[in-house]
Amino acid sequence: MTAIVRLEGATRLYRMGEHTVRALDGVDLEVPEGQYLAVMGPSGSGKSTLLNLLGCLDRPTTGRYWLAGRDVSRLDDAALSRERNRRLGFVFQSYNLIPHLTVLENIEVPLDYAGVAPRTARERSTGLARRMGLGERTDHRPGQLSGGQQQRVAIGRALANDPVVLLADEPTGNLDSATGLEILDVLDGLCAAGRTLIVVTHDPKVATRAHRTIHMLDGRIDREERRA
Amino acid sequence: MRIRRLVRMAWKSLWLHRLRSLLTVLGIVFGVMSVISMLAIGEGVKEEAQAQIRQLGASNLILASVKPPEPEGGNEGNARVLAYGLLRRDLEAIRLAIPEVRHVVPRRDVPVEAWVGHRKVQATCMGTEPEYLAVAGLRLAGGRFLTRTDGAERAAVCVLGAEVARRLFDHRDPVGELIKAGTHTYRVVGTLAARGEGTGGTAGVGGESDMAVFVPLPTLQERTGDLVRVVTSGSMSSESVELHRITVQAVSADEPVVQRVAQALRALIRLRHDRKEDVRLTVPQELLRQARESKRIFTILLACIAAISLLVGGIGIMNIMLATVVERTREIGVRRALGAARRHIVAQFLAETVLLSVGGGALGVGLGLLLPQVVTWTLGMPTLVLPEFLVLAFGISALVGVVFGLYPAARAADLDPVEALRHE
Repeated sequence: MTAIVRLEGATRLYRMGEHTVRALDGVDLEVPEGQYLAVMGPSGSGKSTLLNLLGCLDRPTTGRYWLAGRDVSRLDDAALSRERNRRLGFVFQSYNLIPHLTVLENIEVPLDYAGVAPRTARERSTGLARRMGLGERTDHRPGQLSGGQQQRVAIGRALANDPVVLLADEPTGNLDSATGLEILDVLDGLCAAGRTLIVVTHDPKVATRAHRTIHMLDGRIDREERRA
Repeated sequence: MRIRRLVRMAWKSLWLHRLRSLLTVLGIVFGVMSVISMLAIGEGVKEEAQAQIRQLGASNLILASVKPPEPEGGNEGNARVLAYGLLRRDLEAIRLAIPEVRHVVPRRDVPVEAWVGHRKVQATCMGTEPEYLAVAGLRLAGGRFLTRTDGAERAAVCVLGAEVARRLFDHRDPVGELIKAGTHTYRVVGTLAARGEGTGGTAGVGGESDMAVFVPLPTLQERTGDLVRVVTSGSMSSESVELHRITVQAVSADEPVVQRVAQALRALIRLRHDRKEDVRLTVPQELLRQARESKRIFTILLACIAAISLLVGGIGIMNIMLATVVERTREIGVRRALGAARRHIVAQFLAETVLLSVGGGALGVGLGLLLPQVVTWTLGMPTLVLPEFLVLAFGISALVGVVFGLYPAARAADLDPVEALRHE
């Protein structure tokens, strides 16, 4: 299996006044295609920094990052934006839908930035909304939807440009446990369909579904578990 | 991203805060409105002034007798005769000496009381020649104007100005009737169309000929002589003026021709009237040029006011957009995460500002079309909205949108995506 994500000695330093904080300290990580990876660890352990790096929102201070075979560790802002748009999908804890746009329009945002023609975008967003079980509610605004539904829209939006990796940051964190399970089922479905998933979470239930779980501590990968 | 979609999205987010958007653009709305209105008023005033000057005739040059300044220690109280102004010999000299002239028409004015039965009107008896009609641009309402034969025969005929005819005869046709002007009787042979009408101007324009009784110059001379009795502050004095006005019509209205005639006339007057300062030359074309010049200064002034008001409007928009950027930091972060490059964010916020200012501009244009009408109705001031005003005002407001939108948009685009996503 080829590695979709490969980090080599990734370090991220932050300057805080006179101190330098080592948020990520020489992380090596390979995620093969189709793997469901859970990232766990206490706050301040570097989970979020790792996710930002993997999500091309940030660049490593030193070390390198290959995304689907391409070295993206030194790309400029425009090129990184393109990587995020075409090859990555984001799911956030608080859904982060744009409140004044409808379900379909929210799903179309990444398509817009990819330059997809409006008609094609509409077909694709309608298809994704149906797949996420939102068929009837395509003209609703986020405020008119339940948390679970909003997260489904967010997942639909993350899938819009058919990304090679789906990154999720506490996707169940704002949901009650029943709804959380529903969302995990959706992620399972994506995994089963061959999508590579990286999920940052505190929730041990997520880890039970992942192929592999890494535990972060002080900016390093502390330990790693694989599900049989 | 496609422009249409960009505009639609911008509209959506502005519509979300309708009241705020409306308040934001008020500066631009009033700026554009006042620019258009002020230009319209300026243009209206200019048009009216030019119409008045044009009425004097673009190819005409007008020599008028003016009373020279009183000499020091004037013998007040004593009956005396003050002689000044244009002479019949000036008329002949002009006719002989000035080239490129089509008509030279004299006029002599005598204030009279005109009577028909018990009706009386204070009018000016103007002695002139047949060409006066054409040179002064007058139109007949009925009958005929004076002829050469009238002059040669010293005929006691007259042509009435519109207002004189109306006051003496109401709606009756005066032609053929007799009127008394001063102590003399004249038969009315024609009436003139009102001068004020048809120029779109206010009342009083060209009123001079409306209040006139035109008679053949030789007839007037024979009957009244050259003396005019004038009552000044209780004392009676007499003035001797042979001619009050000589209208010189150049062969064309071309500026060089009119200028040459004007120069020749000035030289002639200097020669013949030396330092008496009792003759004034008016060149309507020069007045027209002066009017244009002062209009230009007026326009520059207006442009400054416009620039300031639009600047204020633009700052208002920028202020709100900066607040909007802060308010929507999270959205910007999300959009960046979903793949928006900096230029997408710039485009998004710029689209909103431009839409705001263009919308405000459109609203301002609407009001700018309306307000001059209101000014005309209520204040009776003439106004004129030229299409280029609208284009100008609208263009500037769009420009304001771009200029004042760039900074907030750049601020939005420069936000760090990670920080922006974390923003509450």
